[in-house]
Amino acid sequence: MNDKPTSPLALTVNGREVSAVVEPRTHLADFLREQQLLTGTNIGCEQGVCGACTVLVDGVPTRSCITWAVSCQGAEVRTIESFDEDETMAELRAAFTAEHALQCGYCTPGMLATARDIVTRLPQADEARIRLELSGNLCRCTGYVGLVRAIGRVLEARRQRNLVEA
Amino acid sequence: MKAAAFDYARPASGDEAVALLAAGAGMAKALGGGQSLGPMMNLRLAQPDSLVDLRAIAELRGCRRDTAGGVETVLIGACTTHADIEDGRFDDPSRGFLPRVAAGIAYRAVRNRGTVGGSLAHADPAADWVNAMAVAGADILVQGPAGRRTVAAADWLQGAFTPALAEDEIVLGVRLAQWSAAARWSYYKFNRKTGEFAEAIAAFVVDPALDLCRGLIGALDGPPRVIADARGLLAALQAGDPAAADAELAAAGLPPGSYEHHIHRAALQRAAAQLKGNA
Repeated sequence: MNDKPTSPLALTVNGREVSAVVEPRTHLADFLREQQLLTGTNIGCEQGVCGACTVLVDGVPTRSCITWAVSCQGAEVRTIESFDEDETMAELRAAFTAEHALQCGYCTPGMLATARDIVTRLPQADEARIRLELSGNLCRCTGYVGLVRAIGRVLEARRQRNLVEA
Repeated sequence: MKAAAFDYARPASGDEAVALLAAGAGMAKALGGGQSLGPMMNLRLAQPDSLVDLRAIAELRGCRRDTAGGVETVLIGACTTHADIEDGRFDDPSRGFLPRVAAGIAYRAVRNRGTVGGSLAHADPAADWVNAMAVAGADILVQGPAGRRTVAAADWLQGAFTPALAEDEIVLGVRLAQWSAAARWSYYKFNRKTGEFAEAIAAFVVDPALDLCRGLIGALDGPPRVIADARGLLAALQAGDPAAADAELAAAGLPPGSYEHHIHRAALQRAAAQLKGNA
């Protein structure tokens, strides 16, 4: 087919300005994986339920499978590949390792995006709140116990540091 | 699955958006945050020829407070996200009711992108805004080729997924009266899993200053049942008489003895108890 509709798209991906031409039907996850070759973002359900594809759009967690790439004109997108130097994410990675918060790893990029949002947005979150906030990210390996503990560990460490600094 | 091919436009004004929708002759859809339309298109339940993205229209963002006609109202722009409302990044006329409702919608990542106007236009009878705005006595502002009009939120749903919105109309926003300091509200919804669509919603809004005492039976198969004067029902439920709800439940199409009757009655009882606790 030669008559597929296409649209120009300019946005920032992991701090880099990107110009592209996309089919409007391309969702952000496919754009990131197939045109930007950023395969750290995983695709699970493609209907906004499983959370595997969660990335940051303009700083907040967003389902990239139900967000059209073309509607991200001018947006700043951050994928799991961009967090090597991020201190909060480094803490979360260490806690995920210590608490066995992943097994197969398929949900992990989305889990980390959500976990980072929890520890930065909800510094006082307790276990019940962590579980509530994690309800939009499915993990079929861990039973969530390790995930909840890992996030709780980072929250507690951050609260302790704030006490020390105060 | 992947969505079928479609054209995409991002108009800068409501007039332009309406013209694009009209030109689509029924096969163009307005796009808010896309958190309902996106899944439906990926599943190919919806296959519009084109999407008209409303997120660049400045008028649909933010809130405007107005005192025209002596009544203080707030107009919440259609592109306000659920997370904006959850976090209080808007001018709240509802004494915390709308933020509480917003916080219970789906998941945070969905709330970050999904919009009030989009949810209303999608018109899922089990979704939060079609129910919450109805019990809140809100008005929904709409723009089409013939100009602007207002629809009472209680009359918005014509049926499941059928809003009082033509194919070439867009939702501009939702207008609510400012509730007084004496206002009280409750909102109870039953979900089997956090974040899923509700199986039952019950709510009460009481504001003596606005002479308002409304109840709601929501998440039905069709439009919600708004109880315009819920004083008797509320008093009976709070006195521990659940049978008082049966007439309203029957009018909402819920036969006694059914599972639906049971969960909606329980939701009403809990919403009434919640309101009592707020007193």
